[in-house]
Amino acid sequence: MSAPVDLSTTLGNAWFPSPVFTASGCASSGRELAQFFPLKDIGAVVTKSVMNKPRHGRPTPRMAETPSGMLNSIGLQGPGIDAFLANDVPWLLAQGSRVIVSIAGETADEYAVLARKIRSTSGISAVEVNISCPNVENRGLVFATDCDTAARVVEGVRKVIGGEIPILAKLTPDVTNIADVARAVADAGADGVALINTVLGMVINIDTMKPHLGGKTGGLSGPAIRPVAVRAIYQVHEALPNLPILGMGGVSTGRDALEMILAGASGVSVGTASFGNPTALISIQNELRELLAQRGFTSLQQAVGYAHR
Amino acid sequence: MSTINKAAAQVTATVISNKRIGAYHQIILSVGEVVRHCRPGNFIAIQVGDDTSSMVLRRAFAISRTSDSAQFGGTVELIVAPHGSGSKWLCSLDEGSEVDVVTPLGKSFGVPTEPANALLIGGGYGSAPLFGLADLLKSRGCKVDMVLGASNGSKIYAPMEGKRSVNSLKIFTEDGSMGDHGRVTSQLDAIITERNIEIIYSCGPMAMLKAITEIADAHGVIHQASVEESMACGIGICMTCVLPVRGEDGAISMKRSCIDGPVMDGSSVCWDLVGKSTEGF
Repeated sequence: MSAPVDLSTTLGNAWFPSPVFTASGCASSGRELAQFFPLKDIGAVVTKSVMNKPRHGRPTPRMAETPSGMLNSIGLQGPGIDAFLANDVPWLLAQGSRVIVSIAGETADEYAVLARKIRSTSGISAVEVNISCPNVENRGLVFATDCDTAARVVEGVRKVIGGEIPILAKLTPDVTNIADVARAVADAGADGVALINTVLGMVINIDTMKPHLGGKTGGLSGPAIRPVAVRAIYQVHEALPNLPILGMGGVSTGRDALEMILAGASGVSVGTASFGNPTALISIQNELRELLAQRGFTSLQQAVGYAHR
Repeated sequence: MSTINKAAAQVTATVISNKRIGAYHQIILSVGEVVRHCRPGNFIAIQVGDDTSSMVLRRAFAISRTSDSAQFGGTVELIVAPHGSGSKWLCSLDEGSEVDVVTPLGKSFGVPTEPANALLIGGGYGSAPLFGLADLLKSRGCKVDMVLGASNGSKIYAPMEGKRSVNSLKIFTEDGSMGDHGRVTSQLDAIITERNIEIIYSCGPMAMLKAITEIADAHGVIHQASVEESMACGIGICMTCVLPVRGEDGAISMKRSCIDGPVMDGSSVCWDLVGKSTEGF
């Protein structure tokens, strides 16, 4: 039995008992994973990015497994914010789960509308502003590929909800300098950043000789992108050491979670690993605690950004 | 706590036997007590590859039959076609190997409360879950007829011991190498009429399920189809395995074949919209 490790963490003014969260889009709204472990045992459930209106998403096939990863092309299927806030959030809160609501919009105004609805719902720990979903028809809608549009979306959300609950801007690594985008959203009022969204990819079926996914392109996730995520976290933490980071991208083990924490993440989200193993979050959390203890850390906070020191 | 997959559990299963049968492998896994919750139509999601594997996703297989014996405890039988790297890995396992499984998953076949004339239709290894279903239907007093089809005879899966609950079995192959030349739908109109079929259960490729739905609808016969759409997780969190389904209110929504299926009411599935954009419907 090793010394106890304080795993608690903060993102802005929100406190979490553990730094291990679900990743948005990889836990639906929590009910499905609740069959396998109590949701209150992890840091938080980050819900699937929700839009203002219900949405069907992209046609199938929506998935292709790739070496150490997968492409998905869901396209933000969801019930719309009203049904989500009425049905899913109260259920999650009743489980004792911390809830981070991820939102996505087609325009900067839609994000502000979503933020207003979230503001009038109590119990939500933080909002993730997903400005980097790759599965949209218009690449111009990936707000996070441009500092100005990214900042404009975050500013609209901040005006509505700023100071009440933390705003985390979710960024894409598909940019020349991710630290510049992080700085732009931080200046616009983001309390932290979520790094990274999936990486845009494609698989061509050599039998049909056409793109395999219904949406042609998809987001690459899983261990294949982990080094990209670690690099992005490291670069942003180096440039903005006081900006909280929720790290994600291929975390499958406690070792992977620790790697992101050392790079500068205050928390880690687990996505694709839950597809392969419904109890991945619990084992990652246990392994992380053990690894921190083995290295002489008595709290998670001591390890955040250690690779820079 | 949760209403989704409430009987599902993650367990370490042991390979009891692994035999090649025609183009397929019959794999029997010892899964323990969870077998008591497995119903025909449920599926199992299996982690494939060892620690160094680059395959990150589970593979889903229909449970063909179950048994609960003193010697092996609860076991499930799977019929696996070694197509991709995951199923090939599974088919290469020796007896005694251990695999991480999650089961039972998904919605099972609905069984009539009164004895009925049932027709079970399977395409390729899609026949696998139909034999366990046939036993269950027979035990409920149903008359069970079966039609199986495949591109050729080596892809017909119809074990001797599986046929005990089946009143009649008709086989079609597209190359005529076994049974009649043709498809499972070739004589379906006549079979429904002559045998006074009241309910159809099917499992197989999407095009087959669509063709059966059209004929079943024309006869006003209930059709429960077990669909197969590629899945990343099998437990309802990835949203990849969706199908367009028309609800009672007439609105179309994208339903997960792992949670709202794999068994679905054939006439509610919008087969023509599978693989198409449904935004705006």
